[in-house]
Amino acid sequence: MLRYWPILAVVAALLPFASSSQFLVNLAMLTAFSALLGQGWNIACGFGGLTSFGHAVFFGIGAYAVAIMQTRFGINPWLGLPAAAILGAAAGAVLGAAAFRAGLRGSYFALVTLAFAEVFRILANSLDITKGGLGILIPLHPSLPNFQFADRRGAYALVLVLLAVAMGIAAWLRRSRFGARLVAVRENEDAAAALGIPLVRTKTQALALSGAVTATAGVLYAQMFLYVDPNIAFGAERSVEMLLVAMIGGAGTVWGPVLGAIVLHLIQDTARMLIDTPGFAPMLYGAILLAIIAFLPNGIAGLRLPRRRSAREEVRRA
Amino acid sequence: MISLSILEAGLVNGLLTGGVYALVALGLTLIYGVLHIVNFAHGSLLMIAMFGGWMLVSWAHLDPYAALPLMVVIMFVIGWGLYAGVIGRISGGDDRRILLATLGVAIVLDNLALVLFTGDTRTIETPYQFAVVEAGPLLLSVPKLISFGVAIVLALLLWAFMALTDTGRAIRAVAREPDGARLVGIRPGRIFALSYGIGIACLGAAGCLLLPSFYVSPQVGNVFVLTAFTIVVLGGMGSFPGAVVGGLLIGVTESLGGLFLGESLGPIGISLVFILVLLFRPTGLFRAAR
Amino acid sequence: MTLRTTTRRSTLAAGAAAFAGLAMPAVLRAQPAGIKLGLIHPVTGPLAFSGNQCRIGGQMAIKDVNEAGGIKAMGGAKLEALLGDAQLKPELAASLVDQFAEAGAAGFTGCYASSLGLAATQAAAKYELPFSIDSGVADSLTSRGLANTFRLFPSASVCVNGAVDELEGLNKQAGGPVKTAVLVHENSEFGTTTANTLKEKLPGIGIKVLDVMAHATPTRDFTNVVLRIKEQKPDLVIISDYLNEYVLLIRTMVQQRVPSGIFSVFGGGFSLKFAKEQNEISEGVLDFNNWWNTKAPETAAFRKRLDAAGVATTYEVFFGYYAVKLLADAFERAGSADKKKVIPALAASTFYPDMLPYNPTKFANGQNEGAQGVGLQVQHADVKVVWPEKFADAKAVFPRAKG
Repeated sequence: MLRYWPILAVVAALLPFASSSQFLVNLAMLTAFSALLGQGWNIACGFGGLTSFGHAVFFGIGAYAVAIMQTRFGINPWLGLPAAAILGAAAGAVLGAAAFRAGLRGSYFALVTLAFAEVFRILANSLDITKGGLGILIPLHPSLPNFQFADRRGAYALVLVLLAVAMGIAAWLRRSRFGARLVAVRENEDAAAALGIPLVRTKTQALALSGAVTATAGVLYAQMFLYVDPNIAFGAERSVEMLLVAMIGGAGTVWGPVLGAIVLHLIQDTARMLIDTPGFAPMLYGAILLAIIAFLPNGIAGLRLPRRRSAREEVRRA
Repeated sequence: MISLSILEAGLVNGLLTGGVYALVALGLTLIYGVLHIVNFAHGSLLMIAMFGGWMLVSWAHLDPYAALPLMVVIMFVIGWGLYAGVIGRISGGDDRRILLATLGVAIVLDNLALVLFTGDTRTIETPYQFAVVEAGPLLLSVPKLISFGVAIVLALLLWAFMALTDTGRAIRAVAREPDGARLVGIRPGRIFALSYGIGIACLGAAGCLLLPSFYVSPQVGNVFVLTAFTIVVLGGMGSFPGAVVGGLLIGVTESLGGLFLGESLGPIGISLVFILVLLFRPTGLFRAAR
Repeated sequence: MTLRTTTRRSTLAAGAAAFAGLAMPAVLRAQPAGIKLGLIHPVTGPLAFSGNQCRIGGQMAIKDVNEAGGIKAMGGAKLEALLGDAQLKPELAASLVDQFAEAGAAGFTGCYASSLGLAATQAAAKYELPFSIDSGVADSLTSRGLANTFRLFPSASVCVNGAVDELEGLNKQAGGPVKTAVLVHENSEFGTTTANTLKEKLPGIGIKVLDVMAHATPTRDFTNVVLRIKEQKPDLVIISDYLNEYVLLIRTMVQQRVPSGIFSVFGGGFSLKFAKEQNEISEGVLDFNNWWNTKAPETAAFRKRLDAAGVATTYEVFFGYYAVKLLADAFERAGSADKKKVIPALAASTFYPDMLPYNPTKFANGQNEGAQGVGLQVQHADVKVVWPEKFADAKAVFPRAKG
């Protein structure tokens, strides 16, 4: 029974298309979007154990790239997707090369990513090309060639496609030699190095891949909400969202970010709908978060029964 | 054009502001040095300390400096209880989960403050809030001079506590080698809670010292927390002299950055210094006093 | 909150049905319910205070309309609030519009912050549902051609132009004491636009701009900014800032004994509380801002109600209040809550907000051209309207009573 649950998940993801409720589609879309963000983070940080606090930097690069391309240079926003992926990968490569060459790990790496995102936020706030704190408003022209969706189902479909790609990458990581190397680095850097795995290169590649995926999510965001400003793009809250979704769901698993996004959105949205007094809903959300951390040490994906061998165990056996 | 006198003033002013930053960073560096985690709840707990001080000042009509020792004790209890009762308990000692737990605590605290105090911004009135010491052409704010002095005293006290007392030695032992410490009969869980409590107690002092010259709102912690992280790394995680020197350096960097790059782009100086230190001298300027 | 008038149950039903994935709109619309209005504001996060003030105003308006017999042209139909917290996330604002639209909302008010307003009005446009903006000063909210979006209140450019007029007028009356100014502004949308316009227009009224200083939000220390101001010795310092930075900046100016006059455009911290509780720094400070009409007979009673409910009197409450009233009035004029009738009724509306210091209402492209800001000054620990003369209840001391 439990073996078929991915099929169930796919069916559930497609159900909103049958609904005329834009609200329902929108909920599904925002959930899938969170899952995409979480998966972007998960690729480097879950599989590679590179705890990043600044993944918003890739998200923001994607969002600003597409916004600047079309408002300043009149380039079709669809081209923003590949462009953002390239820029995101480049940013990941640069950040990774610098940080890993310096031997930064754990919280040191986490903090350098945080500072990196902050640098971009301040730059976006001060430079002319990003229009500083004004932000960039993308003119409203809903049409498919223009990458704007009058019906949320269009946007949702695209989010799902990108999520599927991101999950494909995650699945590939579980099977490929590159993925195995990455997991080996996560579990024990010294042992991995002794086996001849190039640490800096492996981690940098993972971060570049992760940056590319996260940047495409930024493009989607810009095209859905048509407004980007420094805080929306590079704010710490976005980084925290990615990390929470992946870690609560189960870092280093293919389905973890999806589960995390579903559970966190269910809690958040339900709390918001039931409680009007300002502050109570997020407080409840925080408390439930603490409960999940307490009772599900490996994230929600860790709940799955019967337990498959985790990547961790596979490495140990290898 | 920036004149020499402005440059001088900027330097002095940066040092004074840096003293305030050092205060916030002192507790963080202790927690970092012992528990090796990024305490995401630090900003929120500073906010709680400031609201606590604000209540004592505006409801109990205490002077903020008289409220200081009281807030230090209160914040110690809060910090100790938070670790022993929540963070430590639910995380099972796992670093990754401690981090998530501090994040969860921050969300709860920020919104608790919103429920209790609304999102309004508060300030207190003191007879000395505009008091200045005239040093040549400069007017130095008295509340800032006081917090500068207290930051240094507090750093010395913490250093002495760690170096000279048995508890301090136990904390250092746990920070270095938790398993080894367990073998000699120290219970790391208790030491963690104690360290967290002391770290948060520092915020009690920082909160009261900030009150006369700053404002309080549920979001106020975020104003300081990133800077505090920077200082901790710059000074060397776990080092008290490092936190003070790091605080002063960051204060000056920010001040001069603002003068040369404008107050909009200026803050980038802090992040750049931070990144450069991490890349080229990740142990910080000082080795932790372990 | 003592002012709660929400039917939480309807929100709950909407949520439950949505999660069940049922054909919810049909179910809810079939009920003989009142007219639902979506009130979308940031009531948590950094803008919680102002957003909540707007929400409270909106809830008061709903209560007033209902107690006065509901929408009479619709057989006394009652208004119902659907409350939404958009935090500071545009995607949430848009999502709330979807949620409320499908719960049967006939219109929306919101969202205090411009970035939220942009996302929400655009989402509401898809349903062609009327959106009454309550604050959110960005010109782009009404200038991008959304037929459903209406703003009874002034846009940023109207206020900045008004501020320039006031400066010119006051300066002339006082014999031209102000010849130079330094501008200080926060570097996000509102501060930047304001400062850019001022920089362009001030030379035209004989005021030389010596320097323009942008700063980030949050800025923790203003001593450097103030020292540079001091060095340039301007006659006037003109500020556009959010609440916290506004108060810090003025505090630092007082502490460093800057003799210049202080004028602000949308001074974020300029409020009755600022005038009363921080009089040591606020006395004599000038501001051009959104305010209420202190002379209107209804105002005193309204302020008493706010005091009784423990709600601070700020302009946001008035704006939240009249944003809802504007919609209620349009339902009355249209005799229906049908969007096809309400939107034309809004476009032709001459609804006048009695407690606001405006000229007669006339909408053009969704913007009320009668809306304006007023010149204010803290005098004797109270906020006085000093400009324009029609609404003034005190004379300005310009540029500042030097003490």
